Amino acid sequence: MNYVQPWVILAFSAIIFFIGFAGILVRRNILVVLMCIELMLNAANLTFVTFSKQLHHMGGQMSVFFIITVAAAESAIGLGLVVAMFRTLRSVDTDDIQLLRE
Amino acid sequence: MLALIALFPLIGFAINGSWYAFFQAPQGRTKSGATIPGIIATTAIGLSFLVSLLLFFELKGLPADNRVLEQVVFNWMNIGGFSLDVAFRLDPLSSLFTLFVTGVATLIHLYSIGYMSHDATPGKFFSYLNLFSFAMLMLILGANLPIMFLGWEGVGLCSYLLIGYWYADMEKASAGKKAFIVNRVGDFGFLLAMFMIFEKFGTLDMSQLRVGVFALAEHGHQLAAADLGIITAICILLFVGAMGKSAQIPLYVWLPDAMAGPTPVSALIHAATMVTSGIYMVARLNFMYNLSPTALEVVAIIGGATAFFAATIAIAQKDIKKVLAYSTVSQLGYMFLGCGVGAYAAGVSHVITHAFFKALLFLGAGSVIHGMHEEQDITKMGGLRSKMPKTFLTFAAGWLAICGIPPFSGFFSKDEILWQAYASPHGSKILWALGAMTAVMTAFYMTRLFYLTFLGTPRFKEANGDDHGKSHGHDVHSENKHAGIAVHESPMVMVLPLQILGVLSIIGGFIAIPHMSWIEHWLDTVIPAHDPASLIAAPSMEWVLMSVSVVGAALGIFVGFKLYADLKKAEELKLRFAGLNKLLENKWYIDELYEATIVRPIHALSVGLWKGFDIAVIDRTVLGFGRVSQWSGQALRVIQTGSLQHYALVLLMGLIASVGYLLYGLA
Amino acid sequence: MEINPAFFYIFAGLAIAFSLLVVIKKSAIASAFNLVCVFFSFAGIYAMMDAHLIAAIQIIVYAGAVMVLFLFVIMLLNADNAAFDMHPIGRGKRLVSASFVVVMAGMFIWVFKNTTYLGPISNFSNANVEAAGGNTQVLSELMFSEYILPFELTSVLLLAAIIGTIAIAKRKKPAALLNGGSAAKGGNAQ
Repeated sequence: MNYVQPWVILAFSAIIFFIGFAGILVRRNILVVLMCIELMLNAANLTFVTFSKQLHHMGGQMSVFFIITVAAAESAIGLGLVVAMFRTLRSVDTDDIQLLRE
Repeated sequence: MLALIALFPLIGFAINGSWYAFFQAPQGRTKSGATIPGIIATTAIGLSFLVSLLLFFELKGLPADNRVLEQVVFNWMNIGGFSLDVAFRLDPLSSLFTLFVTGVATLIHLYSIGYMSHDATPGKFFSYLNLFSFAMLMLILGANLPIMFLGWEGVGLCSYLLIGYWYADMEKASAGKKAFIVNRVGDFGFLLAMFMIFEKFGTLDMSQLRVGVFALAEHGHQLAAADLGIITAICILLFVGAMGKSAQIPLYVWLPDAMAGPTPVSALIHAATMVTSGIYMVARLNFMYNLSPTALEVVAIIGGATAFFAATIAIAQKDIKKVLAYSTVSQLGYMFLGCGVGAYAAGVSHVITHAFFKALLFLGAGSVIHGMHEEQDITKMGGLRSKMPKTFLTFAAGWLAICGIPPFSGFFSKDEILWQAYASPHGSKILWALGAMTAVMTAFYMTRLFYLTFLGTPRFKEANGDDHGKSHGHDVHSENKHAGIAVHESPMVMVLPLQILGVLSIIGGFIAIPHMSWIEHWLDTVIPAHDPASLIAAPSMEWVLMSVSVVGAALGIFVGFKLYADLKKAEELKLRFAGLNKLLENKWYIDELYEATIVRPIHALSVGLWKGFDIAVIDRTVLGFGRVSQWSGQALRVIQTGSLQHYALVLLMGLIASVGYLLYGLA
Repeated sequence: MEINPAFFYIFAGLAIAFSLLVVIKKSAIASAFNLVCVFFSFAGIYAMMDAHLIAAIQIIVYAGAVMVLFLFVIMLLNADNAAFDMHPIGRGKRLVSASFVVVMAGMFIWVFKNTTYLGPISNFSNANVEAAGGNTQVLSELMFSEYILPFELTSVLLLAAIIGTIAIAKRKKPAALLNGGSAAKGGNAQ
């Protein structure tokens, strides 16, 4: 059988990435936005693994290891921020977070 | 030594001015006496007079063909081949001028100590007087045209400062402005002439200019047509400057208004010194004027016309100073008439005699005004002969001098001018006729003035006799009509200059006796004496014309006495010629004419430019820049929503743009 | 790469479908669960590509810890859509965003398609890795030899993250209680 070409996997990874990006642009719930960020990180991970396999180098998979770690830490902190913010704002609507306005 | 003549008044100005500026002005007009500033100022100008006298004798000692003293103070500028020094030169003409200018000025400074004794800021007044003297002396002594022009402008400035001295009164301030502006119009002509001179001759130094002009004339006795045109233009433009400064038609309008200033100012500036600078300039540059018959004609005609015109106006004036002002304009016309027919020496001698008697008349008028507590209308005076005897006597001397009665000073100089006007190759009988008629009118209106002021019965209410001369109740002004005016003679400090000038008016003419004129002989090197053979009339005519002018003057005096002895007849006459009287009294409506044809259009133009250009275009543009920034700021504000998702979207758009551009290159 | 296309397309399709659901579904809980399914699909793809450790870590950490944390917070804040009655953003904005995203994705795919890829640059081929003890063994050995520094740094990073989160999310005591004595002690404990 003809195997899957690397560019297909990379293309798929790009699709997932941009679906996540679209989610960031579109959704109004902060928590969903954070989830879409995780989606994007995952797409990047897939790219790393693909290249790791193609180049026969373990650096890609090592990178994925650390990316997952960092992503986990980052989402923990992000959720902590949301909780802290919720106490004052009483809302998780992105439209209410507009202190940067003008 | 030469520069000291001009330097002393400058030092006086500095002393009085700095005292006033640092001590009196900041404390808000604390009262100060006029004595100390007056003494400082009089000493300064008196020292100038002494130095002028010394230098005059030194000059006399020099051989006739080298009668010149020079002093270069410093080199002012040296730009691309044009070098200008601040340099003074004393030759016979300028030494004569410095003598009488500093002499008369000293007397007037002395007089002012008395006249301005009740003024609030005498320090300022005397500093201005000294500044004026400095400028006038710079004008006279300047060795080159720019220095003369500096003095020219300086006297104009001081004229403005002094005329508008009581600046709180709008009318007086406007008179000062008028003087300065009209003078400026004349100065423009002077400037243009200087430019042309520099362009043609490459130098502005007067002795070098003389050499250059003579070189020009040597190519045959006639100038080439183009050269003649340029010389004529230069002379006429210079005369425009003289028109402004010496109040000839059409730029005389400032001088009558200038009577708004204090009387010593009128005496100094508008009788004896500043107004004579025009004649000085013409006499100085006579070598140029002699080459251009057209220019001389212009000078003579305008001089004669002004003399006649001003005399007609003087007949109908009621203010004592206005009569004297128009008389000054008229006499200045005489001087230019003299210069215009080639008799520069006669013009200069009339300048000197006129300085004596006109200053005397003005100071006398000041004494009358002071004694009458600021009353200036001659119809409200009369019979002051007994109240102010010393003023009366000296004023009489001046009156006789100006009427041209021999052997007073005015007779000799005026007569010489009239004779030259008749007989000189540049003159004409018409000019003589103008001058003669003017002489008759002069005698008439001066007699009218004299009679109405001093003789006859008083036409004002007098206060009770106790106030005569004893306590100078200067607080009693003529405001209180019921109390009457306490007329008194002026103090000695004011009368002494009058007496000195009176003596000079009587004997001053003897230096200018025709055919033995010491002045003409003295000025020989500067102003070549005219050749008696060039006169186009028989010498015997001179005696005829002399007797004609004496008879005419006597006639004028007689008519004046007859008419004003009976005031009712005078009133009748005035009513009969009511229209003419109105015309003359309103100065032929010339001021109104200027207002309508010149002042209003310029004013309308400036208002139009202001509204139509400055506000509409420039302000809109400049403010528009501010508005555009504000507007663009408001417009761009919209982008800052504060929403991260919006920012992410914009990020994406930018990313698409840049990546797309790069990929397009690759594809 | 010796990947079975059938399995790949299945997993890929699932991943795409679930990720679309993440973005589209209104409920936050629904989005969270769909995301978990996406992670599982990804784990499958990693496993197919012989990245076994990564696949395991993906499930344990991402699907097991991170998503649980998400669900905790959603439920803590009651951030589900129904409770808040949020209107989604306008249709026009959605269309614009979607179109931009599609354009960008298209550009990426075009780039991926048209690049020339390098060959192997090291010797961790599938056969060698299997010979050396399997993917996990190789990665673990590499972790503690060549990549020890990032490993240690990551642990420091996690420490910082823990401290930071506690500091941020901690409930602040009201000021009155700080000075007060026995009253309301331990009221709103952290």
